[in-house]
Amino acid sequence: MSELLAPTPSQTAGPFLHIGLLWDDGPDVVPEGTPGAIILTGRVFDGAGQPLADGLVETWQADPNGRFAHPDDPRGATDPPVPGFRGFGRCATDAEGRYTIRTVKPGPLPAPDGRTEAPHVNVSVFARGLLARVVTRLYFPDEGEANAADPVLTSIDDPAVRRTLIAGAEQGGYRFDIYLQGEKETAFFRV
Amino acid sequence: MTSNPTSTRLTLPGYRRDHEDADPPLDSPEYRSTRLRAPKRPLILLPHLLTEVTGPLLGHERVGPTDHDLTRQHEGEPQGQRIIVHGRVLDGDGRPVPETLIEIWQANAGGRYRHANDNWPCPLDPNFTGVGRTMTDNDGRYEFVTIKPGAYPWKNHDNAWRPAHIHFSLFGRAFTQRLVTQMYFPDDPLFFQDPVLNSIPDPNARRRLISRFDHSRTRPEWALAFQFDIVLRGQLPTPVEEDHDDE
Repeated sequence: MSELLAPTPSQTAGPFLHIGLLWDDGPDVVPEGTPGAIILTGRVFDGAGQPLADGLVETWQADPNGRFAHPDDPRGATDPPVPGFRGFGRCATDAEGRYTIRTVKPGPLPAPDGRTEAPHVNVSVFARGLLARVVTRLYFPDEGEANAADPVLTSIDDPAVRRTLIAGAEQGGYRFDIYLQGEKETAFFRV
Repeated sequence: MTSNPTSTRLTLPGYRRDHEDADPPLDSPEYRSTRLRAPKRPLILLPHLLTEVTGPLLGHERVGPTDHDLTRQHEGEPQGQRIIVHGRVLDGDGRPVPETLIEIWQANAGGRYRHANDNWPCPLDPNFTGVGRTMTDNDGRYEFVTIKPGAYPWKNHDNAWRPAHIHFSLFGRAFTQRLVTQMYFPDDPLFFQDPVLNSIPDPNARRRLISRFDHSRTRPEWALAFQFDIVLRGQLPTPVEEDHDDE
């Protein structure tokens, strides 16, 4: 085994991240016109209740079969069942703090301990004032049974904190607001 | 798909959490913008499951032919000191991270970003966008050609100036390895008053963000050179087997 190297520290993406990190197709986890596509949208708020107008939201998720086109998925990388599925989305927040991602709902995932993770989307927020990204998870409101058995959700004791991770159902998709601070502060993770 | 998620046996790589010794605390009040944005509740430990040990493997389709050379993206050449910025992307075990997308953005030679919200009264350069992309090669190596960005004032505290820096964004091969950071230049006299760099408590970790002047890679009568190696998180030595009941 080679010598361990210390990781490079994180720094804020700053207020001008848009010039470097935005892509025309950033919000398209699946291409426009994909059958069964859903919209994940929401607003990001700071501790004063003001919308975060200069942030970036990124999403990463499994495909509808709960698979990843990635060599470290030990079940073997597979081509996604949805043409053009990228698994990854990124969208800047607008003046209202709103981001919008077009995707398909992920499937449930097996965990090494034999349990099953409920369908979820990993969500990162980058912004001025965040010296490292903050990471949360979006779970789906129509997966009550799966959510009740999810190893990550069930590791959170406080039901009010757990609830911050459940999106709301909306016409055409789901709404997931993110509160960086305050009474409604979203649950964030150490990754 | 034939697999039943509940019956599949899985062994997943785990990633070390030693980045927590290097990263700045989110709650760093000297950097004023953190005050209303840094979460206040303790972060919850996220196990490294399938979504964490995988990540987007973005390819060359994201990178155009002049994306790595920020001095050749316009009709003319930008103002400023031409520099080569190069290095390797490694993981914490010293292994190169090949074929991974690096995105950079920066101010122009006068310290102005080509961004609608940057109103620092220094002219934009019509020949400089300040945005680059490249993929690492099989040895994890990358190289950009650009100009040295200028320092610029900001309103964090009285007479505050950001030291010259280039923003870097990396994906690595897993969600756990995603990194956005800033590269600084050696011996910048503005370090002492910068709350962003100094939000990193460990001086050795701070030094890892400061590039090294690399005379061997300068191009005579053309460009200076700086080396900036980037280390993403390494893996735990042994994958954790939590359940042996069917073996």
